[in-house]
Amino acid sequence: MAAVISLQDIKRDFIVGSETVHALRGVSFDIQEGEFVTIMGTSGSGKSTLLNVLGCLDSPSSGTYLLDGNSVREMSKDQRAVLRNRKIGFVFQNYNLLAKTTAVENVELPLMYNSSVSAKERRERAVNALQTVGLGNRLEHKSNQMSGGQMQRVAIARALVNNPAVLLADEATGNLDTRTSFEILVLFQRLHAEGRTIIFVTHNPEIARYSTRNIFLRDGRITEDTINHNVEDAAAALASLPPEE
Amino acid sequence: MNYANLFKIAFKALSNNKFRTFLTMLGIIIGVASVITMLAIGQGSKRSIEQQISEMGSNMIMINPGGDRQGGVRMDPSAMQTLKLEDYEAIVSRATKIAAISPSVSKSGQFINGNNNTPSQMQGVGLGYLTIRQLQVESGDMFSEQDIASSAKVCIIGKTVVDNLFPDGSDPVGKVVRFNSIPFRIVGVLKSKGYNSMGQDQDNVVLAPYTTVMKRILAVTYLQQIVCSAVTEDETQNAIKEITEILRENHKLRDGDDDNFTIRSQQELSSMMSSTSEMMTVLLACIAGISLVVGGIGIMNIMYVSVTERTREIGLRMSVGARGRDILSQFLIETIIISITGGIIGVLLGVIATLLVNIIASWPVYIQPWSVLLSFGVCTITGVFFGWYPARKASSLNPIDAIRYE
Ligand SMILES: Nc1ncnc2c1ncn2[C@@H]1O[C@H](COP(=O)(O)OP(=O)(O)OP(=O)(O)O)[C@@H](O)[C@H]1O
Ligand SMILES: [Mg+2]
Repeated sequence: MAAVISLQDIKRDFIVGSETVHALRGVSFDIQEGEFVTIMGTSGSGKSTLLNVLGCLDSPSSGTYLLDGNSVREMSKDQRAVLRNRKIGFVFQNYNLLAKTTAVENVELPLMYNSSVSAKERRERAVNALQTVGLGNRLEHKSNQMSGGQMQRVAIARALVNNPAVLLADEATGNLDTRTSFEILVLFQRLHAEGRTIIFVTHNPEIARYSTRNIFLRDGRITEDTINHNVEDAAAALASLPPEE
Repeated sequence: MNYANLFKIAFKALSNNKFRTFLTMLGIIIGVASVITMLAIGQGSKRSIEQQISEMGSNMIMINPGGDRQGGVRMDPSAMQTLKLEDYEAIVSRATKIAAISPSVSKSGQFINGNNNTPSQMQGVGLGYLTIRQLQVESGDMFSEQDIASSAKVCIIGKTVVDNLFPDGSDPVGKVVRFNSIPFRIVGVLKSKGYNSMGQDQDNVVLAPYTTVMKRILAVTYLQQIVCSAVTEDETQNAIKEITEILRENHKLRDGDDDNFTIRSQQELSSMMSSTSEMMTVLLACIAGISLVVGGIGIMNIMYVSVTERTREIGLRMSVGARGRDILSQFLIETIIISITGGIIGVLLGVIATLLVNIIASWPVYIQPWSVLLSFGVCTITGVFFGWYPARKASSLNPIDAIRYE
């Protein structure tokens, strides 16, 4: 299998006043197509920074980042924009939906910037993506008319709608209750089963059991990188949860 | 990027945020409307002053008998009889800088037509009087040279006199009115001029041949006044010099003798008024400038604040694949829609406000096309620029920095 993502000695420094914060101090790893990776670590260890670099939302201070074999650092801003549009689905920790905009319009957004998708196809794909995340009955609800879990799922649908090569999620279950978290995990496992590459940042070590590979970050460095040979089934875990009152 | 999509994006952004759109538009609307209204009021006053000047006939020259009164010294009554018909004829035959000339004698009194009567002034004048005073005949005719030669009992009357003497609305031409128990046949009616800047009713006049008034009414041989107009406004001073020479010679005055007549031009008055009008022009420029700056700053603030607020939205759009130029096009389309719609509404509102000022406060107003273009142009360009500029700044950020922008 080809490496979708290949990082070599990625560093990211932030200059705050006269101080330099080393958020990433040289991170290297390869992620193969079809892997489901969880990135864990204490608060401030650099998980979000790493994910932003992977999502081409932020540029590393140094190091090489190959996405599908292409060096991201050597690309122009516009090329990176197109890359985000076609190859990457990003789920933000705080959803980042467009305000006062319906679920389906939010999900259509990435396709609006892809002129090869017709209006009709755009709508169909957005509706499909929303059905995938179980929001087929909330198409016309606006962002402020939905619960946190629903907004999270809209954000996931938006990340899925462009059929991305990699799906990046930053604490996608961080704000959700156990049941909803499991529902989302089930969704991610299903997407993974369909062959998608997923990178999932989380605080919660339990979630690691449902992914194929676990990376631990500490102070901007990888301290552990293990393959999980014993992936548990989130659907079963969900079924075994005590029933809702 | 496909422009249909960008338009869709821009329209959605506008319609999903109607209140923000309205507020942004409001800045432009108020800017445009206030500039138009201010300028219309300024222009209106300026034009009404200019009109008064031109209506006065700024190249008019008045020759009166008697020297300049000095310090309230009473004049010898005979001094008031120094202006003779010969003087008039001398000026007519010798002056070269004069376009029109007319003697003037007058007497106030009642004009009577059957049961109706009205006080007015019987003015004895020559044919040149119409040109000098910029009067026009509306119906009938001016009396003729022959009427002057024969001291005919004919007259031409103004609108106010017509209204007072013929309240039933019948045609006065050909009718006979009495003045000083002398019957005068009305040969024509003058076109209405309304009130002048001094508040005088310019339509309350009756003109008759000066010969008739001198012989049949006043029984005098001297003239009360000679009025004439210089060929051009610029020649007024030269014309006065010329007339002075002719009259001094005619009156056999020696060097060193004071003039026994007075010549005045309306230029003194009109130059004062035109300087007022020039001041108005400067004032107007200031009003326009200040309104534009104030309007512009308002628009700039609203646009700037709204785009700054939208930096997170810009970051989000970039994170799902919008390129810098997609963001810029979207914001450009949005601000152009807002600015142009706001501009058009502003123009309409400005025109309405101007009309209201005119109707309610009855101030003179005048909307000049360039003021509409100027305010519309400046406000929309300011709007578009300050919508575009912060968007350009935001779209040059890293997507993640834009998303986290506070
Ligand atoms: N824009 C920034 N400017 C300055 N410092 C930053 C910036 N973003 C992150 N940092 C610093 O980089 C370090 C890593 O931050 P990061 O957000 O990646 O942590 P994290 O692992 O995601 O933590 P958490 O689990 O709390 O979300 C922190 O010390 C943080 O202060
Ligand atoms: Mg984080």
